[in-house]
Amino acid sequence: FGLRRMMSTSSVRSADMSFTFAAPNAVHYNAAVVRQVDVPSFSGAFGILPSHVPSLAVLKPGVVTVYEEDGTNKKFFVSSGSVTINDDSSVQILAEEAHKVEDLDINAAKEVLAEAQKALGAASSEVDKAEAQIAVEVGEALVAAAQ
Amino acid sequence: MLSQTKQLIPVLAVQCQQQRGMANLKAIGLRLKSVKNIQKITQSMKMVSAAKYARAERDLKAARPLGNAAQSFYEKAEVAAESKDAPKELYIAMTSDRGLAGAVHTSICKTIRAELAEKANTDNIKIVCVGDKSRAFFQRWNRNNILMVGSEIGRLPPQFGDASKVANAILTSGYEFDSGKMLYNKYNSVVSYTTTTIPIFSQETVSNADKISVYDSLDADVIQSYMEYSLASLIYYAMKEGACSEQSSRMTAMDNSSKNAGEMIDKLTITFNRTRQAVITGELIEIISGAAAL
Repeated sequence: FGLRRMMSTSSVRSADMSFTFAAPNAVHYNAAVVRQVDVPSFSGAFGILPSHVPSLAVLKPGVVTVYEEDGTNKKFFVSSGSVTINDDSSVQILAEEAHKVEDLDINAAKEVLAEAQKALGAASSEVDKAEAQIAVEVGEALVAAAQ
Repeated sequence: MLSQTKQLIPVLAVQCQQQRGMANLKAIGLRLKSVKNIQKITQSMKMVSAAKYARAERDLKAARPLGNAAQSFYEKAEVAAESKDAPKELYIAMTSDRGLAGAVHTSICKTIRAELAEKANTDNIKIVCVGDKSRAFFQRWNRNNILMVGSEIGRLPPQFGDASKVANAILTSGYEFDSGKMLYNKYNSVVSYTTTTIPIFSQETVSNADKISVYDSLDADVIQSYMEYSLASLIYYAMKEGACSEQSSRMTAMDNSSKNAGEMIDKLTITFNRTRQAVITGELIEIISGAAAL
């Protein structure tokens, strides 16, 4: 309580980014401090640094790269999800599925892409076509990430 | 002749007493067997719930950051439902199909019912019942307010696919709600949970929020996709919390049942033994008095 009185409470300390990267299958970062995060979104891939302008974005299938404080970077494949950047520099990435790129198997990824392309060819209704198209996008991104 | 009837009656009376004593013994024996079976069943249910609870708690640890992150945008952007004259409201009740879990389902349903009772006009309020237990409750009191029902919940641990199915159903139902509330049981510890509310906002409310202009490069498409995904995430989080609370509550309830059954078995065993001894004593007396008569 004494500490709080010493620091100014009027200005928001936006020097550090509080980064949360969560998916239903695992939580990769929970309110961690990282240097930079690159995200693939439908409005283009962009990098997020502390004090980034607040924004919302929807994730495209692709690779999220996290540059940590000690200089190392980690890559994760995400299938879809959302990104929130708040005005206090906190960033939340909620992914539907997120896995480390090292865990991806290139052959399995190629199989997924082949199946998705077959489904796209066989799709008849608009909804089926759209779903198959999404599967193809994910498959292509998987193959690109696994290489 | 009179003396002959006098001899008959005592014999008949003794036979009736014998039957009464034996009937009591059989009845107590049956009850004892049935309570022992109940105790076995509740004990095994407790073991099963304990195993499911351990898994649910592990899953919840992973899901909590997801839930907090999903809610944080709405808090930070200070989205508040504006007061309209007759707002269309939506209640989502996160329960499940399976009972014998203590008060988990009824606490949610009663909270919703109390809120509905306070409102003057309930025509603009719809309820989404996730789980058959809430459906059974609302069919009795507010049948017209049920929008849709989700079944087959509670048997398997909830997955994100289930949550996205519910979110999809709500968004494609055609009911354009202005504000919504999702009620679920937030897990505190093995013995306690709290019935909590998460507010659900409509796209319009988010677009009109105070701090939304702070967020850069937003168009209606991005907001819509974001809202849909965040609804699915919140439903997933509520399902995980609800599952953990339900399993822990069922474990406690079954444990209490087993203990109560154990007490009943003790009492019944004592009564059974006493009755058995009384019957044996009665038979001995008959034999002895019969032998004495001879």
